[in-house]
Amino acid sequence: MTVVSMDAGIELVTAPPAARSNGLARFARPLLGLLVPVVLAVGWEVAVRAGLSNGRLVPPPSRIYAQFDELARSGELLRHVTATLLRVAAGFGVGTGLGTVLGAISGYSTLMRRLIDPSLQALRAVPSIAWIPLFILWLGIFETSKVALIAAGVFFPVYLGVMGAVMSVDRKIVEVGRVFRLSGVQMVWRILLPAVLPAYVIALRAGLGLGWMFVVAAEFMGASEGLGYLLIDGQQLGKPAEIVAAIVAFALLGKTTDWLIVGVTAPFLRWEDRFARAGDA
Amino acid sequence: MLTLENVGKTYPNGVRALDGVSLAVGPGEIIAIVGASGCGKSTLLRAASGLDAPSHGRVLVDGDLVTVPHEKIGIIFQEPRLLPWLSVADNVGFGLAEETRAERASRVAGALRRVGLSDKANVWPRELSGGQAQRVAIARALVPRPEVLLLDEPFSALDAFTRIDLQDHLLDLWSDLRPTLVMVTHDVDEAIVLADRILVMGPRPGHIFEEVKADLPRPRDRQSAAFDAIKRRVLSALDGSLKRERKADADASPGEGAAMWW
Repeated sequence: MTVVSMDAGIELVTAPPAARSNGLARFARPLLGLLVPVVLAVGWEVAVRAGLSNGRLVPPPSRIYAQFDELARSGELLRHVTATLLRVAAGFGVGTGLGTVLGAISGYSTLMRRLIDPSLQALRAVPSIAWIPLFILWLGIFETSKVALIAAGVFFPVYLGVMGAVMSVDRKIVEVGRVFRLSGVQMVWRILLPAVLPAYVIALRAGLGLGWMFVVAAEFMGASEGLGYLLIDGQQLGKPAEIVAAIVAFALLGKTTDWLIVGVTAPFLRWEDRFARAGDA
Repeated sequence: MLTLENVGKTYPNGVRALDGVSLAVGPGEIIAIVGASGCGKSTLLRAASGLDAPSHGRVLVDGDLVTVPHEKIGIIFQEPRLLPWLSVADNVGFGLAEETRAERASRVAGALRRVGLSDKANVWPRELSGGQAQRVAIARALVPRPEVLLLDEPFSALDAFTRIDLQDHLLDLWSDLRPTLVMVTHDVDEAIVLADRILVMGPRPGHIFEEVKADLPRPRDRQSAAFDAIKRRVLSALDGSLKRERKADADASPGEGAAMWW
């Protein structure tokens, strides 16, 4: 028997390159990305303090921080963040649920795809903001219409992503399931679901991004709390620091929730044979 | 015992890929099917596996009619077709979902040991070489202990050294469990090294043109005179199957030549 010897030499080549990226180098790469914003912020702060500008329309970092601090201390920040987060969560939940179910159905069944996909594609061509007046007429000015708008924004990328992912599952892999006589449920659970997961995560991230975009639009259309309300409030009262504070809060929340999706799903995607592996990004 | 009775396949576009193939393969027998590209070899194997139902005739395994994949029949494809999201061990155990965890673990460990990949149990398929991946696919097909194992050009994507290595290895595994093997190949040497009987297929529609017996003792010497003699017979049968086709071509309408099924 000579089987074992054939491939024995290969392992030597694949020694992990981790040894090289320890110490300073590991932190230097992300720090490089911070260089530009930090230099700009510090430069502006210095310029305002030196009296080169009064910083009224473009507040320096210290004033934004002070505004942030004030909002946080008074409990206002938490109230607005909570309101916005709840809206995004509800809209994301509804949009993702519908998008996943309908996307899976039209990806799986050609008949259903021919039946529902053209209508959905036509609806997708409508800019979602255009639905606002109708949603307000139908659902009222309060939470329901806001959640509906966010859900409409989240729905389409999720629907498209799931449909595309299900349609492109490798026939050869499905055949392996058939050879082992999997039932319909087993086929979904053991073959289709893991196969579409990488594309599904990307669809969820795209959907969440649109959810954050549409929550602002939703909160512009008459809200008494939420980060979008804070933006409008800052504009009407001439408080640019409040606007920038709200924008910073959006950035932090958007990045954090995106990172949550990536972090939660990462353990299920370690098998992927990707061009850029984690850590090289 | 695998039996094919007058199996034929006509595709929806009217192409007759297979016509009237009858074949009986006994327990533990090894059959190799050779033939030119497009002669219906793979169509025949897919019909025998239950993946594609034949248009007429029937396939039986131990008297059971096969219309969908059958628990007594395993299949190995040209590509390993491992599930990339499962570790090597979970891939091997894929067909054992109904066994207890302990039973599954011990059979998987045994199968990996037999294919010489015990140290790879916990790696992802992407980390395997082509030959290793195909060995995992063999282990996955054998671990449910099928009575019939169908192989569709299983080694054709591998380099010559790995191929010869895996041919020997397949024989080793076969001598443990003695399943019936039916292997499609376009490698005449491979057919003679492995098979008891070599079926030479002719094209359009696919049919069994000639049967060559290879009753040499195993392990077989690829250099021996007896090996060469069988090889000459297989090659001349292949040549004959194509000559008839060329004659048929001259008679047939010219548009038909583009239709090839494999």
